[in-house]
Amino acid sequence: MIDVSGVAKSFVLHNQGSAMIPVMQGAALAVAPGECVALVGASGAGKSTLMRMIYGNYTAQAGRIMVGDVDVATAPPRDVLALRRETLGYVSQFLRVVPRVPTLEVVAEPLRAVGVDVARAEARARDLLSMLNIPERLWSLSPTTFSGGEQQRVNIARGFAHDYPALLLDEPTASLDATNRAVVLDLIEQAKARGAAIVGIFHDEAARAQVCDREVDVSHFTPERAA
Amino acid sequence: MSPLLQVDGLSKFYGQRIGCAEVSFDLYPGEVMGIVGESGSGKSTLLNCMAGHLPPDAGRVMFDTRADGMRDTVTMSEPERRMLGRTDWAFVHQHARDGLRMNVSAGGNVGERLMAVGARHYGDIRAQAIDWLGRVEIAEDRIDDRPRQFSGGMQQRLQIARNLVTGPRLVFMDEPTGGLDVSVQARLLDLLRGLVREMGLSAIIVTHDLAVVRLLADRLMVMKDGHVVETGLTDQVLDDPQHAYSQLLVSSVLQV
Repeated sequence: MIDVSGVAKSFVLHNQGSAMIPVMQGAALAVAPGECVALVGASGAGKSTLMRMIYGNYTAQAGRIMVGDVDVATAPPRDVLALRRETLGYVSQFLRVVPRVPTLEVVAEPLRAVGVDVARAEARARDLLSMLNIPERLWSLSPTTFSGGEQQRVNIARGFAHDYPALLLDEPTASLDATNRAVVLDLIEQAKARGAAIVGIFHDEAARAQVCDREVDVSHFTPERAA
Repeated sequence: MSPLLQVDGLSKFYGQRIGCAEVSFDLYPGEVMGIVGESGSGKSTLLNCMAGHLPPDAGRVMFDTRADGMRDTVTMSEPERRMLGRTDWAFVHQHARDGLRMNVSAGGNVGERLMAVGARHYGDIRAQAIDWLGRVEIAEDRIDDRPRQFSGGMQQRLQIARNLVTGPRLVFMDEPTGGLDVSVQARLLDLLRGLVREMGLSAIIVTHDLAVVRLLADRLMVMKDGHVVETGLTDQVLDDPQHAYSQLLVSSVLQV
């Protein structure tokens, strides 16, 4: 489902003396449906960079990033947008929403975007929010005022609303208590069971061991620092 | 799906100076594109050339008209272009007073656009005006007030109602949230986002506010000195800008 090969990336900082910082080369990763692969490596090794390249959020200088039949590295914006709508979900560490939009709508939005009617989309959103222990009295409020952990759970609910065939999870269990952590791990297991291909970053080793089938060490893709 | 708008090699010069040069892109139905750049980068010139407010010196602006398919709006006759401006196109000005008739009531401002496309039944027009005032959160009892009695944010919402009442397919927006309080801005963003989703509108938004484009636009175009220096997915351009100027623009935003 996800097939990355020969991917290279460097950042060029034009306003800081055009410093060229190579961050990745020869990155390769393949994830089959129903499989969860963990990206591991020291902080700064490029786990998030690789994940963002798969999402099309960072550009890749070389290589192929196939998600389904779309090469994210070269596809026009329109195709990447369609891919993100239908196929590829991403739970980032930060919740970014239009101010004033109620939590229930925020969570239901990915379903509305693929044409699910309001009633069904909101029913699914309610299920997820109660599962993740967001009190019902908060559903009609904008999540911008919520605590960090609550925002993270809203973000997860939103990420799991639509059954994406491919999912990227950046620290989905960070800042969660034991109960909610178990709920999230359960959601990941369910997604795997329905055949989703998942790439995850987990600093939580127990969580990683529980849901991930294998690990890929991204420090193997780090170019020589001396160069 | 075919593009709704195809801009090809659009250029405008002010004597020796470049307004905008060689701008080309396609916009598809339902897409929202943001154009960012500093003051004087040519973004408003470009918008005005596309919307038929300024005659470009070169290039084509092809629009998928309901009746005849793809037509070059630069070479079509003035009456045809004006008709397009009243029906399928809408233009939201930065200053509401440029887009409203300040001596006509709120209801009249909305109704006027309907009458321009042939509506004649007073009751229907008034009912539609009330419906639209409601959608942009203006109370029904303000329908007979004039826009000059409204706050800046209300005027901007009224301008949006006036523009969208005829069900356009493409909306041009020039700094739609410029000069408004942040709380009013948020309300307007929420409104615009909902309308784009509900009506399947395509929109081109010119702004210098990167937070606004992040929330509203699917795609982004960065302009500098009349040239397009970078285009791409909005989050890609903002999170991993490639061009020196885009990097400067993104890194200059103050963190709240």
